[in-house]
Amino acid sequence: MKTLFDKIWEKHVVDTLSDGTIQLYIDRLYCHEVTSPQAFAGLKERGLKPFRPERVTCIPDHNIPTLNQDRPIEDPVSKKQVDTLEQHAKDFGLTYYGLRHPKNGIIHVVGPENGLTQPGMTLVCGDSHTSTHGALGAIAFGIGTSEVEMTLATQCLMQRKPKNMRITIDGKRKPGVTAKDIALYIIRKMTTGGATGYFVEYAGEAIRHTTMEDRLTICNLSIEMGARGGMIAPDQVTIDYLKGREFAPRGKAWERAVAYWKTLHSDDNAVFDKEVVFHAEDIEPMVTYGTNPGMGLGIREQIPTLESIDETGRISFSKALDYMGFQPGDSMKGKKIDYVFLGSCTNGRIEDFRAFASLVEGKKKAAHVTAWLVPGSWMVEKQIKAEGIDKILTEAGFQLRQPGCSACLAMNDDKVPAGKYAVSTSNRNFEGRQGPGARTILAGPLVAAAAAVTGVITDPRDLLNE
Amino acid sequence: MKEKFTLLTSTCVPLPLENVDTDQIIPARFLKATTKEGFGNKLFRDWRYDKEDIPNPDFVLNQNTYKGHILVAGKNFGSGSSREHAAWAIASYGFRAVVSSFFADIFKNNSMNNGLLPVVVSPEFLAELFASLEKNPATTVTIDLPNQTITNNETHRTASFEINPYKKNCLVNGLDDIDYLLANKSKIEEYEKAQL
Ligand code: SF4
Repeated sequence: MKTLFDKIWEKHVVDTLSDGTIQLYIDRLYCHEVTSPQAFAGLKERGLKPFRPERVTCIPDHNIPTLNQDRPIEDPVSKKQVDTLEQHAKDFGLTYYGLRHPKNGIIHVVGPENGLTQPGMTLVCGDSHTSTHGALGAIAFGIGTSEVEMTLATQCLMQRKPKNMRITIDGKRKPGVTAKDIALYIIRKMTTGGATGYFVEYAGEAIRHTTMEDRLTICNLSIEMGARGGMIAPDQVTIDYLKGREFAPRGKAWERAVAYWKTLHSDDNAVFDKEVVFHAEDIEPMVTYGTNPGMGLGIREQIPTLESIDETGRISFSKALDYMGFQPGDSMKGKKIDYVFLGSCTNGRIEDFRAFASLVEGKKKAAHVTAWLVPGSWMVEKQIKAEGIDKILTEAGFQLRQPGCSACLAMNDDKVPAGKYAVSTSNRNFEGRQGPGARTILAGPLVAAAAAVTGVITDPRDLLNE
Repeated sequence: MKEKFTLLTSTCVPLPLENVDTDQIIPARFLKATTKEGFGNKLFRDWRYDKEDIPNPDFVLNQNTYKGHILVAGKNFGSGSSREHAAWAIASYGFRAVVSSFFADIFKNNSMNNGLLPVVVSPEFLAELFASLEKNPATTVTIDLPNQTITNNETHRTASFEINPYKKNCLVNGLDDIDYLLANKSKIEEYEKAQL
């Protein structure tokens, strides 16, 4: 009786050492420009070459400007990092999707949408949000640069087997509640370290009734509760999603693959090291009020009082509220905001733009709000235009930018100024994440849209019902 | 070869905050480097300096009270981004070990891959160590990796800590995973053949 995780893991064990350390085979390595240069340099220093170059895909995304990508990157340091990745890829004969390439975009958006990520795979990247790819029923996790070097050199990693956790979401989600709200709810309940040491499988009725985009959002945020990764068993949604994608198997190979994928689910009596159950009916549209993703609230709730916080956590809690400029007990609803960011590997997919557009359609962007709408990839951008979503957005006073990580971590020019409030569909509200002194309120695409048109934190359901 | 880690006795630098994430350890704007050098002076950059690069006198690294090779931090240290730059920054600042009651997974791996030892202690041990450091900033701690013990030399309390034998062997002998994996290449090829 095995869990989904165990089935895939066991298939990838090359060797087990006497102390239980496992040499794990890695099917696919994604590299972006920020966490790979030192790995490539290390490889060269050791006089090595990538062991299985066909299993490596390189995509620059973090430093990419979101305007005028046809021009050279202006920031010389950013440019150097992107150029360095391109050079390494060239030197080693690795696949490289550079600027303006139709397959460029955020790795965690590009991998699934091209069928590079498939059920049953082990997959790593020097990026904590690699957990995203688990949505397709793969074991996907973030690694450090030394481990990128190991994977390049040997296609293997030395790992301890993580524990298994299942998070079940029963019931049906309420209208106006997005996948992001589910994820922020889970992180709030679990806390930012609550799943450390575990690999999480998401299950239950509310998870089954999601689209692939929803699943990518939910698995993406697994790392924010400390989990090594998150995954969802492949089903018809997964199969329909992958069919016909460029790197998905075809013909006979497709049939064989589908037959195998159908065996990838936790057995009925599989035992998890930890089981947690939540109810979809309890989940409201969420916002964060503090400086870690676990500091979330239902949009109609108040910020906790100091007394309600555990004693050892009070210094951190007060520091977070100071940084955000909020008071304990404050209501989040009605707070004025300055920036809105729609995008990132969490919420930069087509459905996020559909959701955002559905709410702003026929309304106007609040005059004082600066909005950055950044598709996760060129494929998403193409789809936005094909569906005419760009027109709805333009009419409502918004402008679409070019794909990249953008304001999610502000390594390019999209920085939120110090002291300003940004409602952001990304994944981290850490101090300074969106620019030094920037104040981030994490939310889903509907809450972001409601804030963009009203200029204050607004329950999107109040607008949807109008 | 990395620097070997066996026995370390040192004074400590306390950072009694919880959930210190890697964005605080090293902000993203310093991740544009393409080498591993020079991250030490960017460590905790936005807590250490203000916008005009003036040192914040309240931050512990800017005070003369606390010095040493051991960083003592609140629980869930190193959460967030997988950036190894965080481990590089801590190591190149001069720390050899970080003591906390809880570490984020990726950070823990990254540290060990850079000869920086994460030592997990009980919340009680940690609380007592913070108290010792507050009372006597010259408090020293001894970390004995071969025997897997940590001692607060102020209270003489010793505790044992967990580390997996494979990683311990790497740290004690200054080896890394690539050395090990390259020596085992034939196993990888056998595995690949079996999958076909
Ligand atoms: S969008 Fe943000 S979280 Fe995702 S890969 Fe880019 S920087 Fe990382």
